[in-house]
Amino acid sequence: MTKTIEQIYEEAFKEIKSATDSESIKALSIRYLGRKGIITHFLRNISNLPPEKRPEVGKRANEVKKSLDKAFKLALKRLETESLQKDYKIDVSLPGRTIQQGSLHPITQITWQICEILEKIGFDIAEGPEVETDHYNFEALNIPKNHPARDMQDTFYVSDNVVLRTHTSSIQVRIMEKLRPPVRIIAPGKVYRCDSDLTHTPMFHQVEGLMVDEGISFGDLKGILTTFIHHIFDKKTALRFRPSFFPFTEPSAEVDILCVMCRGKGCRVCSHTGWLEIIGAGMVHPAVFENVGYDTTRYTGLAFGMGVERIAMLKYGIDDIRKFFENDLRFLRQF
Amino acid sequence: MKVSLSWLNDYIPIDKESYSSIANSLTMVGLEVDSVTDRYDYLDSVVVGRILNIKAHPNAEKLKVCDVDIGSRVIRVVCGAPNIYEDMVAPVALQGTRFPEGYVLEKGRIRNELSEGMLCSEAELGLGTDRSGVMILDQKQLIGNKLAKALELSDMVFEIDLTPNRPDCLSIIGIAREIAALQQTRIKYPETSLSDSSDKISDLTSITIKAPDLCPRYSARLVFDINIAPSPFWLQDRLMSVGLRPINNIVDITNFVLMETGQPLHAFDFDRLSDHRIVVRQAKKGETFITLDKKEHLLTPDMLMICDGEKPVALAGIMGGHNSEVTESTNRVLIESAYFTPVGIRKTSKKLGISSESSHRFERGVDPEGIITALNRAAQLMSEIDGSSLIEGIIDKYSKISNAGPITLNVGHTNRLLGTGFDQGEIKNLLKSIEFNVEKTGNDELAVVPPSFRVDIARPVDLMEEIARLSGYNNIPTTYPLIPAKARHPEKQLGLRNRLKRIMTGFGFTETINYSFINRLSCDSLRLESADQRRNMVDILNPLTEEQAVMRTSLIPGLLETIHRNIAQQIKSLRLFEVGKIYIGREKDNLPEEIEMLAGIWTGSRTNASWYSKEIGCDFFDIKGVVEGLLNRVKIDHIKFTCMPDNSCTYTRPGHTAQILQQKNPIGLAGEIHPQVLRNFDLKQAAFIFELDLKAISDLIPETIRSKPIPKFPSISRDITIIIDKDLESSKLPETIRKSGEELIENLYLFDVFEGDTIPQNKKSISLRITYRSKHKTLEDDEVNYIHKNITDRLLKEFDALLPT
Repeated sequence: MTKTIEQIYEEAFKEIKSATDSESIKALSIRYLGRKGIITHFLRNISNLPPEKRPEVGKRANEVKKSLDKAFKLALKRLETESLQKDYKIDVSLPGRTIQQGSLHPITQITWQICEILEKIGFDIAEGPEVETDHYNFEALNIPKNHPARDMQDTFYVSDNVVLRTHTSSIQVRIMEKLRPPVRIIAPGKVYRCDSDLTHTPMFHQVEGLMVDEGISFGDLKGILTTFIHHIFDKKTALRFRPSFFPFTEPSAEVDILCVMCRGKGCRVCSHTGWLEIIGAGMVHPAVFENVGYDTTRYTGLAFGMGVERIAMLKYGIDDIRKFFENDLRFLRQF
Repeated sequence: MKVSLSWLNDYIPIDKESYSSIANSLTMVGLEVDSVTDRYDYLDSVVVGRILNIKAHPNAEKLKVCDVDIGSRVIRVVCGAPNIYEDMVAPVALQGTRFPEGYVLEKGRIRNELSEGMLCSEAELGLGTDRSGVMILDQKQLIGNKLAKALELSDMVFEIDLTPNRPDCLSIIGIAREIAALQQTRIKYPETSLSDSSDKISDLTSITIKAPDLCPRYSARLVFDINIAPSPFWLQDRLMSVGLRPINNIVDITNFVLMETGQPLHAFDFDRLSDHRIVVRQAKKGETFITLDKKEHLLTPDMLMICDGEKPVALAGIMGGHNSEVTESTNRVLIESAYFTPVGIRKTSKKLGISSESSHRFERGVDPEGIITALNRAAQLMSEIDGSSLIEGIIDKYSKISNAGPITLNVGHTNRLLGTGFDQGEIKNLLKSIEFNVEKTGNDELAVVPPSFRVDIARPVDLMEEIARLSGYNNIPTTYPLIPAKARHPEKQLGLRNRLKRIMTGFGFTETINYSFINRLSCDSLRLESADQRRNMVDILNPLTEEQAVMRTSLIPGLLETIHRNIAQQIKSLRLFEVGKIYIGREKDNLPEEIEMLAGIWTGSRTNASWYSKEIGCDFFDIKGVVEGLLNRVKIDHIKFTCMPDNSCTYTRPGHTAQILQQKNPIGLAGEIHPQVLRNFDLKQAAFIFELDLKAISDLIPETIRSKPIPKFPSISRDITIIIDKDLESSKLPETIRKSGEELIENLYLFDVFEGDTIPQNKKSISLRITYRSKHKTLEDDEVNYIHKNITDRLLKEFDALLPT
């Protein structure tokens, strides 16, 4: 045996102290503690010592091994910390490589919000054609030809019997022809009217709702629409129901909310009335049920319809409906 | 419909101060009050003034120049009235006053003399008929006070937006009735006291109805010895209060009764009627007619005409004729009061494009039992004109309008529909408040007869609506329906559409919504062939503009226009998409085929100029990558992009367009917009698009996802580089490898393409990396080498390829 364990220990410590990088520490660690390392070799040769010395030297050697192991780890940590501190710094204020998401059209976003609320209440989504027969758009909804109610909607005609649907109510009859009650559907989609100004575009979007079952009442209509309005706007939104006229509902109602812009004080948006018309609604007219063969003594139904653009304009504070279809990116990216 | 509180007050006591609560109540019973204004608002700039001195006008003999004290200052006014004197107190209109007769007062010079206001007569201010001189005010009036305040002039006017089911409210009396119901009183109807002791009228005229279907009732009276003159002021005032301009006593009376009762009347000059008689008949084919407004109309046989002994004299219910209208020299009139069938009037009015106060009411339905009341009211007012004489007797041709009889109303049904708890008595009272006749016929039943003016009431549900609106919608309890917890399966395409929209935005694309209608010429702009089915466009018969005249058969024009608009705003790098329908026309009266498409467009840069990169423009492979990523995300496999055969897509660049196939079925395309198409849309930068058919995609999406075990054994990768013909589609290589059916191939991809340098002309070098893996064991090198060699040989043979040297 050429060196005592204490000599080895001393030398190892000297070397650890003089090491300047983690690579040399790792190399030292292998040289002393590796499979063919100095300490390992020393321990293996203990059997050459006289038996009485073996326990003492063995114990001491194991202590040294542990202590060196610890010293290597500490040295590594110290060197890493030192080197990170010495490292060059990046300019974290430089712009990142942004991953730019696109955006959904505001009309899509509001339509989804509307549908989500109503689906929660239990409505299923139904869809239908946008180019529609006069029958489904008007006649079956109790709006005969040559009835003044046709003046309520300026219609685009494709032929005498084909129109661009003026409301998504056209889906009501299509659905009821297919399904027996209970029926609970909402119909989102594009509708068309020949009108164009600050608050009208010839194409816009509606969501129609229809619920038919035994015992559906006008009170239920109020309940559903109150819930809806409190969700799509907020819980504090005051609303009122007032009588109106739609040929396919009776009683018919307009639902007004307290103006979201002026909170009822009267402003340009609400034409100084303090109220905003937001939903047309009513109980399904028996004539409509007769057209689809529903038993009017057994079933009653409620129906409602709303303009998506109008709700979007109120929620986002948009004053010109035409912006929705100009698709100016500076507008679209705001949503 | 305009109503003034002063006029309403003739039939029901109105508390002027509570106008806003009356307006609100009307709105809440279904007569929406759009606006409330004071009809005397025009007097806002008219003040009380005192004439301080009067001098002669230097340049006009009949004019005077006055200094007038208007409280705040003294102004100069030029005046031509004969009755002015110093110290006179009179109304002074200041600059900007809009007079009821229509003109607006401007500050200016009259014959070279400054005039800062106008001394006004009663008639000019709409406060009387006297226009002989300046209106004289009480000396005690406060100078400078506003005239309306000084004379206590205020009259609120409601503009009511009536729904088409309420023609009964197209009259002052109609509105008064609704207010009466709200106030739980009755209205005072105007009374007439005509003595009809003899029937002289039958000797003088006759009425023949040849079209009773279109005209079930026609009545008339005669008034002779009429002196056509301005109406008395009270009558003019009533008309002016609702925005009508007085014309002469006869016309004003017919207008007055129209507004009061809602029954349109017409006065014919009796002496201009041939044979002094009336024939109601349908027009003859080819007949023409000149209406009051001197316009000539070509008539068709479905139109109803009021004729005299030889010719039409009025377009029934719509407008009188030029040939029989009341003029200054009219001496004798025949007053018409009739009921015309709504549909007939509406058809004619639509066809001829004439809409009048009359046609508006007739097409909604007038009160068939109110005809005589209105006629008598008008006749009485005309008989009160100085010197006129009413011919005794009335002609009333009436073929009874069908009356359905009482409506049975079930109280239980009513409460069930409304969600209310009314008892029989409450319902009875509500209906009686609007003049319905109600009888108890059972424990739970009422027999209800609506008044004749309520032409909209026919079914029990009509009565339920009345009950609901009169009791107040807001008093109906709010409830929630109990519904079965059952849901229907959603349409597959619906969920897919929303999913695709989310993925596209995730890819950095912004959603657009373009109009469904476009310009017919957009087909040409896309260079579509004449046989292209997208030329089968659905025409709109009444488009707003040429730009929106047909339904789109492609989403591409809308997207190109959108990028054009944005580029004009200096936004030159755009990634946009749209999900929407296209409409392929079919034979007449068949609905078009509506196909839902997803289209995307990418123009400008892939990477913007930044501190870490130069600007890099987008290219075909960017848009292709979007489609690949999209289809991959929705788990549609076996997608192939092949070169679009020449001329099969006219709006994309040949050789830069791929058809997208799934198992040989085309589901869309991706490509670069054709340079000519770019020019057609005034675009100067390249644009890359893709189009996918949503239905086709939705059919390909797997119903469920089955998870596969994660591999347990390591994989081995090997590369192949071979040299093939330049024109060969590189995708043939992986296809061939796949076709070999080698099960150990887990993955392969193309990682390099190289041309030129050491590669022979017309050749290219392709490098592929193949990953091998076994499910059952760790593969040995030898095994993989053997398979890899086989694959390489196969490729060499199949494509007559070379290995790099």
